[in-house]
Amino acid sequence: MKSKDTRKTGFDKFKNILDFWATNSEEGGWNISSTDEGSQKMLEEESDKQVKIQTGSDVVDDFIIDEDTSDDERMIVNMGPQHPSTHGVLRLQAELEGEVVRRVKPIIGYLHTGMEKTGEELNYFQGPTNTTRMDYLSPLFNELVFSLTTEKLIGIEVPERAKTIRVLMTELNRISSHLVALATGGMDIGALSMMIFGFRERELILNFFEKTTGLRMNHNYIRPGGVAADLPDGWQKDIKEILKVIPEKLQDYDDMLLDNPIWKGRLKNVGILTTEECFAYGVTGPSLRASGYEWDLRKSQPYSDIENYDFEIPVLNEGDVFARWRVKVLEIFESLKIVEQAMEKMPKGPYKVQDKKITPPPRKRLDESMEALIHHFKIYTEGFKVPEGDAYVAIESPRGELGCYIVSDGSSKPYRMHVRGPSFCNLQALPVIMTDSPIADAVAAIASLDPVIGDVDR
Amino acid sequence: MNPEIVETNLDDYKKLVESLKSDGFEMMVDLTVVDWFRKKEPRFEIIVQLLSTIHNARKTIKVFVNDEDLTIPSITQIYPSANFYEREAYDMFGIIFADHPDLTRILMPDDWQGYPLRKNYGSGRIPVQFKNAPKVD
Repeated sequence: MKSKDTRKTGFDKFKNILDFWATNSEEGGWNISSTDEGSQKMLEEESDKQVKIQTGSDVVDDFIIDEDTSDDERMIVNMGPQHPSTHGVLRLQAELEGEVVRRVKPIIGYLHTGMEKTGEELNYFQGPTNTTRMDYLSPLFNELVFSLTTEKLIGIEVPERAKTIRVLMTELNRISSHLVALATGGMDIGALSMMIFGFRERELILNFFEKTTGLRMNHNYIRPGGVAADLPDGWQKDIKEILKVIPEKLQDYDDMLLDNPIWKGRLKNVGILTTEECFAYGVTGPSLRASGYEWDLRKSQPYSDIENYDFEIPVLNEGDVFARWRVKVLEIFESLKIVEQAMEKMPKGPYKVQDKKITPPPRKRLDESMEALIHHFKIYTEGFKVPEGDAYVAIESPRGELGCYIVSDGSSKPYRMHVRGPSFCNLQALPVIMTDSPIADAVAAIASLDPVIGDVDR
Repeated sequence: MNPEIVETNLDDYKKLVESLKSDGFEMMVDLTVVDWFRKKEPRFEIIVQLLSTIHNARKTIKVFVNDEDLTIPSITQIYPSANFYEREAYDMFGIIFADHPDLTRILMPDDWQGYPLRKNYGSGRIPVQFKNAPKVD
């Protein structure tokens, strides 16, 4: 039980601010951002206090005005929500001092559609239809994490073929998602050919998705108990085409950008995010790996038997926008490796659990079997019941740790369904990246974090 | 009992989070709330997910908050990543995080009334009138 005295009064809050001023106003002043070049070096040279501030273990309000500058040198600029480089409807309030960004506040919620509330009204069988719309660039991951959480609550294991199909499809989805990140990132920085290239190659994968799942996006393909349908006839041919074309095209991107002086000049030493800052702000995925820390849930906490595949985790040490771009390119190569192995080892057998209480029977059986008809009817009208309990499952989405927390009260609908979107958490690092860097780098910084606003706002 | 799940009370909550951070749980990955309206007492359950990349382990902290009080210490001083999550919890459930640097609504509009993810907040309670659609009584 809670005692009343821990509730903070207005005075206590005010006192905290005063304490904060008193304890922080010595040693080095207020220039606490580490996002400019040489922040790694700074970490070695600065005092403990400064390092603590830098690494985020000492929370500092970024919104401190340097008293020396007069008000007329400062300007508050609003960017978005309708802005092509904000990747959706992200709005940023930036305070500029000349050309330099001094404070940034991301304002989100413009795409909030209450999906977690909707998730409480849909049963487990309908759940993936809802979650697939969250991160619309990697819909299969959302379906996978929802299905894995539901399966953990029920305590079932899906067949080998279903697992392999899941791995194949999600890794293809990782490639298509990274291709969009490269394309839009290129567009934001001015490499307009990159935009066309990225979307062109993505089309190959989306065509395969359309063939397999029926839709280009929002597939509702991975469901609790397996996948919705088997792979189409001649799928190996399409995969071989993808495996052949995409590495060639990636070589084209490298020829165009890797040694391009403009590209390097715009991206290198821009928007540095250290490993400590990543930990402090919960940044996961390619951004964490670009800051020199090897952490990938596919290796450390594997799902769908992905640990049996042979692949590497690309890690770069610079932590700047260039490294975050490069990690995504390298990850596409690794995903291609996984896709190839999945294609070769694809086992025969059922593609969903044979428990008729959980997965609907094949359509053809409905004409022959009364029981199949009853199961079909039951699943499509009231769904299946899930035992009481709660579970949190996390997988490695193209943007980082994608988690799903479901609380079940024993009925056929989740009592509470919460999705931990990686973009939501990664966006908190945006002020760290952007502060004290020129306004021209702001767009590159947003693009490198690759936020999907559908995932942020849900 | 699962060793990954720790249940605690409000007085020990912040201390527990601090000690877990010094034990190597360097990342706070998720904070969410479950509303046990008329099912459990106290009503709100706050669930914090911590991740240790060094030990490759996860920890789930569960704290219950009373319906009348609704106040819980903020952990933004320990984990800055809690900032958005605590704002989301405030926005959706009305949980007040004491000492949070900027406790405002994050997803809903600033002038929104009520807390949408509470169980007694029915969906569809606000009628939506689409443009040029025939009026429904």
